[in-house]
Order: sequence, then C-alpha cells, then structure tokens
Amino acid sequence: MKDFAALYARLDQTTKTNAKVAALADYFRAAPDADKLWTVALFSGRRPRRTITATSLRDWAAERAGLPLWLFEESHGVVGDLSETISLILPPATRESDQPLAHWIARLRELSALPEPERRQGILDAWDSLPGPERFLFTKLLTGSFRVGVSQTLMTKALAQATQQPESEVTHRLMGDWSPETTTWDRLLLHGEARDDTARPYPFYLAYQLDDPADLGNPQDWFAEMKWDGIRGQLILREGRHHLWSRGEDLITDRFPELARAIDWLPPGTVLDGEILAWQGDRPLTFNALQPRIGRKTVPKALLSTAPVVLMAYDLLEQDGHDIRPAPFADRRARLESLLTGLPPEAPLRLSPPVPFATLDDLREARLRAREDGAEGLMLKRLASPYGNGRRKGDWWKWKVDPLTIDAVMIYAQAGSGRRANLFTDFTFAVKDGNQLVPFTKAYSGLTDAEFRKITAWVNKHTVQKFGPVRQVEPQQVFEIGFEGIQASPRHKSGVALRFPRMLRWRHDKPVDEIDSLDTLKALLAAHG
Amino acid sequence: MAVLTFTDRGIFCPAGDFHIDPWRPVPRALLTHGHSDHARPGMGAYLATDLAAPVIRHRLGDIRLDTIRYGEPRAIGGATVSFHPAGHVPGSAQIRVEVAGETWVVSGDYKVVDDGLSTPWEPVPCHAFISECTFGLPVFRWTPQEELRTQINDWWAANAAQGRVSLLGAYSLGKAQRVLHLLDPSIAPILTHGAVESVTQVLRDQGLPLPATTRVTPALDLKAHPGAMVIATPSALHSTWARRFGDASTAVASGWMALRGIRRRRGTDRGFVMSDHADWPGLNEAIRATGAPKVFVTHGYTAAFRRWLESQGYDAGIVATDYAGDEVLAEGEAPADIIDEDAPEAAE
Repeated sequence: MKDFAALYARLDQTTKTNAKVAALADYFRAAPDADKLWTVALFSGRRPRRTITATSLRDWAAERAGLPLWLFEESHGVVGDLSETISLILPPATRESDQPLAHWIARLRELSALPEPERRQGILDAWDSLPGPERFLFTKLLTGSFRVGVSQTLMTKALAQATQQPESEVTHRLMGDWSPETTTWDRLLLHGEARDDTARPYPFYLAYQLDDPADLGNPQDWFAEMKWDGIRGQLILREGRHHLWSRGEDLITDRFPELARAIDWLPPGTVLDGEILAWQGDRPLTFNALQPRIGRKTVPKALLSTAPVVLMAYDLLEQDGHDIRPAPFADRRARLESLLTGLPPEAPLRLSPPVPFATLDDLREARLRAREDGAEGLMLKRLASPYGNGRRKGDWWKWKVDPLTIDAVMIYAQAGSGRRANLFTDFTFAVKDGNQLVPFTKAYSGLTDAEFRKITAWVNKHTVQKFGPVRQVEPQQVFEIGFEGIQASPRHKSGVALRFPRMLRWRHDKPVDEIDSLDTLKALLAAHG
Repeated sequence: MAVLTFTDRGIFCPAGDFHIDPWRPVPRALLTHGHSDHARPGMGAYLATDLAAPVIRHRLGDIRLDTIRYGEPRAIGGATVSFHPAGHVPGSAQIRVEVAGETWVVSGDYKVVDDGLSTPWEPVPCHAFISECTFGLPVFRWTPQEELRTQINDWWAANAAQGRVSLLGAYSLGKAQRVLHLLDPSIAPILTHGAVESVTQVLRDQGLPLPATTRVTPALDLKAHPGAMVIATPSALHSTWARRFGDASTAVASGWMALRGIRRRRGTDRGFVMSDHADWPGLNEAIRATGAPKVFVTHGYTAAFRRWLESQGYDAGIVATDYAGDEVLAEGEAPADIIDEDAPEAAE
C-alpha cells in the first residue's frame, strides 16, 4: 500500500500532465503485477463496490476515536469527504503494515463477507495498521468512492510507455468487461492482441466542441449530420452474437433487446458506431422518452412498445471482420450506406442522414433548425479522417444549438465536497410566480473558482436561515441558467425538470424583479417538452 | 464583579482598567503577541513581554511600550497581572489576571509543542481560561516537528537536485522563522521575501538561532543561488514577484494543509501541515492542564468546541473577538470561506 499511496501523493501534488505520466509510468515499471492490475482497474473506474454502509463506518470511527456523532458530522461538514474525515479523526496507527495494495483489496472483500462483529473488528484493525494517507485510500476503497485526478488518456499514455506498445493498442486492450479477478496483467496488457476477445469494443472517438465554424476551413472537406440526442452506442456483431456497449464502457446488450434483430440483416464481423434513440414513426422521441430505459437491466413489455429504440448508425468500424478504422471517413461512410440502404422499417437500424450544405452559412442555418428535428446540434466530420481514439481536436466537431436559458434568483446554497468543500457551490434557483418565488432547479457548475469564492463570501453574509448544511439566502443574486431540455415533472414544485442545468452567467446587472416567471418556464415546456 | 468582561473594544479588566489585545483604541493595552490582529496601533499605552517588544516596536513604530518578563507579577489597579509563555511565536504570552483571589487566564494564540524558537507553552492554573480554538475540531492533528524537518528538507533537496527553486509560503512572523530554524543550510542558499527578512532580522538581532538568509531584491543574481529555498509570505506565492523564480516548486506551511480540499485549492505543489496554533489534542490537553472549570472559547470552530467542552463537563461559553488569526491571513487571498464560516457563529 505504501507504493500506491506514494503514487497517489505524487499525482495529487501536481497539475502537470507530464509529471503525472512520469509518476504513473515509474509505478507501472516497478510495482508487483497484482498491484498494477488493480491500479489500472481503479483508475479506469472499475472500483470494488461498497459493501459496508457509510453509516457503519462513521459510527465505528467515531466510537474508536471517542467522539460523539454530532462532532463527527460537524467535522465531516468542514472536511467535505467522509473517508478523509474518518482517516483524520482516528488516533494515529499503532502498527505498520508492509502489505501491498492487492492484499488490502482482498482483505476488504473478505471483511465484507464476514458477520458484523468480526467485520467491525477487521476494519478497526486495518485502520490501526495503516498510517494517514494509506488509511485514507483504504477507506476510499471501502466506501466505493475512490477517484483520482488522472484521465484514462493519461494513464494509457503511461501504460504505453511502461509496456512499450502504441497508445491505441493499450486503449483498445483496456476496453470492455474485465476486472482484476477475471484477468491478469500479462493477459490484459502483454499477451496476444486486443481483438482476441470477440466482445471487446473499439475505443470511442469523441468530438470537440466547435466555437467558430470558420475554424473548419474549406467546407468541401467536411461531412455534416445531426447531433442526435440519445445514448452513444457501439454495436458489435461477431460470430453470430451481438454486443452493445455504451460510451461509458458498460455492456448494455440486455437493456436494448430490440437491437438483437440486427443480426438478421447484417453479416457477422460488423461493428457500428451510432446513437441509441427512442423512435416513433419517422422521427426520434425526445431524450425524456429514453430516460426510463437507462437504469433498467431488463425491460418491461410496456416500455418496449412506448419507447422502442433503434440504432441511428453513423460510422462503420469493422466490416467482414476487418478493422477499417484507418480508412477515411468518406470511405467508411460509403460502406455504411451500402450496408444499411434498403433495410425494411422493422430493422432496428437507421442511417444517420447527411445534412446537405454548400457554404458555412448553410451550416449555420441548419444548426438553427436542429432542435426542430429532434437533434441537439450538428456533427461535422472531416471526410479524409480516420476513426480516432478518445477526444482529439481537428477531425470531429460537435456544434451544439445554444442552450435554452432562463434568468432566475438564487434562494438556497449548499457547500460542495472534496476540492469544493467549504465553498458554496450547489445552488437552488427560483422563478417568480406573482409575488411568490418558486424553486425549479439546482445547479452547481458554470462559475469560475474566483466566482465561487465571491459568492461564498456573499452567502455567509446574507444567510437568512440554516437547515443543516443548507443556507437559505436573501433572494438577490440573479443568474442566467442554461439547460438542454425540459420535461413535465409532478415531483417538482414548479412542475418541470431540466436537463443539464448550469449557470451560464452571474447577472450582476439584473435586479431581482426582472427575473423570468413560472409562465415563461411553462411556455418553454410547451415548446420543447 | 467578573475578573474580565467582554466589550466591543476587546477583553476588559474593570479592576485594573486595562484591555487585553483590544481592536479599538483604549488607554491601556496588554498584548499577548505581535501579530497584527492582536497588536493594533492607536492605544494610549502598551505592555508586552520583553521578548515580544522588538517586533511590536518594529510593526507599530513609536509607541508607549512598557515590557515585562515571563512570570513577573505586576499590580495594575486592583488587579495583579503576569505573562506566561504561550509557545505561539517568540515572546508570545498568555496573560494571567488575578483579582481578589480569583484568577483568569487569556491564552492569546498558543501551541503546546516546542518549536525550538519560542519559549515553550506552560500551563497556568486558573479559575477561568479564555482559549482560542482556531483548529477546534478533531480532524486537526499536527505532523510532529521532526517529521516536518525531514519532509521540508527532503522536498528542498529533491528540487535542488533538479536545479529548481523551492518557494515556500509562510507567515512572516513566527511561521517563517520556524521553517528557517528547521532548514538544513547545507542543501543550498536560503533567500527571503522582504516582508519575511525584516521580521527575521529583528528576531535575529534578539539572539534567536536563525540561519543566514539573503533578501530577494531586483538586483539579486538568481543564477548565483541555484536550488535556493525562498521563504515568502503566502500571498506572494502567486504574485508577479514569484515569477522571477521560473519553474519553482511551491509549498505552503499551514495548519489548513491538513485538509486535502484546501490543499488542492491552494494550488501549490506541496502543503506542510504546520501550525503555530494548538491542534485538537493540544487544545484538550492545555485546557485540562489549567484545571479551570470555566472555559471561554474564541476564534475558530467556537460553537462545536464549546459543545464538546460542555459534554466533557466544563462550564463553557463563547467570546466574540475581532481576531482574524494569522493562519487565516497566512492563506493570502484566504479561504474567505473559512473566515466567514466562523464569523456568524462567533457573533451568535
């Protein structure tokens, strides 16, 4: 655990990419295989699940430290992170352990299986044998909240350096459904080829946000299509079976059984990249219709008929078992068209239609119409570009429609956690309804750190009432709230729920009596819900 | 009549007609130490320890300042006062006030560990103890002094080996000298920010064992000081002043560095958990050692700390004071959040 804690400290102490890659690469060259494998798993979001409740951990830690629970909670409020609070309030460790990371993860799993008194004792013993930083990490693993400020791209770079292979190969190997229990370091990273596992997806290529279409250069070099508002998915048809992956690398085959029929129309050795959309007649339903299907492992019949899905395909990654990602987009697109043209309407597959244009002005106009077509903007793809890995600037751009906006006043504030502990970052906003203020959304992003510091100082001076961690503040600060969608919601006082709400601007210039009203929200719901 | 009362000018002794660390002008002020939130200009007359006097004079200029030695009793009106080591910074004191057989002690700022420069804190038995509690939550537990020495010198040596400057932010009075005292001067030269150097010179002239330092001036040839350690005020770390050191590794020494969120928000490479205030075990130990049944807490997590003391059987109260606290000032642009977090509670 010492090496792992040292790695974590090195990563935590720098914001410089090169220093992080160097720290990781050093670790991947030196650590034992089992630890390396777990590190790759943890850093790619494959955390062990939480098996002990946060409440139990809190109670045990407070009891061990001889502190009342209210004082634990008071401390938690200041620290902002449960695992950190626990590791700080416990008395210093009296023993020292030389066990590696893999040992502690195994130990954590053993303990989860034990009955209560032994489990509690096991955790207390663990805490007592780990010094500060190691104790913090162990507790992070216990609570299932381990995170680290390292992107997968960055880790991939370090792995590529340490194992001396191309980054694209490492990225591909890390895709899919593996865990340190089902594989080994050698098998995952060194032996064979990434494609040996027939269910393994290709890394997704991601688009950058386009700010100025003039950056595109010659319009002739580009292909345009709608930016569909669904779930990005990769459909793999190999050896008579199909596998569906989400961009978050979740295997979601069973959640969308409609796509099983794709094998009736497409040959094995085909991999499609596209958008899963709820579909009716000749157009997509809004994202709201897809929402109930996201969390479900199995789908009730009723949902299959109210919100049937299709894959709106927009790229072909594999044909006849050949990886065609290096081919130019124009070529892949032509193959995709010939593969999908002429399929009957009952096939759960659609070809993402091109948006025709000759000039940049044509594109600007098409973007303004995108919302009417049930899309959230345009996608622009360079005709000559290969299918890349991850988010790279230059060949794929997303050009989203402007968000819907509303001016609202802040009425509640709550402190954030982790890096944002002690800063008020989570706010509740209201619109007016006659003389009343009606809360309608929360938002916690969109401001700079400096603005958060400023608003925090303001909240402290203008708190009207405290409800636990929540401060009710004087309704004075007006913000422009941006969001991507709106739907009716009986659970909310205002009757609406917003999609991706965030603060676009702090409107210092705007007095409270000029904020928008509930009627404005209702009109937006009628138009876009 | 109470030995001490709490007024909008500061802590007041009616029997002796004097204030302790007042924040508004009064005829006679007793000062616990020279930090700017405790030692303010405009008082008619001042009394402080002989060890604190040079810095107070340096900061407040031409004032009427009388001095007193640790442990020396002095009658002021109907009160007898004496000053006792607080261990906070060199010369800092707790002030003991006795009136008609009843003894109260004002802690000022204090820490119970020996930093090697300040006269170490000692308990003063009393009936009522007015204690700061800047870090009055159980999450605050300081890194031992010897471990700090190793951490700081290792960081410095590693930077020096790469030819990088080490830029460390520490409050100019107390923290900066404590760091200087821990440094191993054989690693590389030690440079100082002007604000740090002037206080350091005052303390050096007083005979404190501090290593040789060079003040950073525009004329200074930085290339002649490769791998230097630069001690600066925390607010200077992110200023244009700091740019001259190029790709320096940065650090802050503060009790707040115990919290990862604050450490990360501070944006420095390292955070050394070093405070001149008492940590949680320190506060509890100090209060126990005074034997006082009555405790007033001030500055910091007052509400929580009072509730804790009450649960431990003390008769506890909160005193609102205007002390901003050097730790908070030491944050430069400050965790405004933390200053303000405490303000409404202190006012309650």
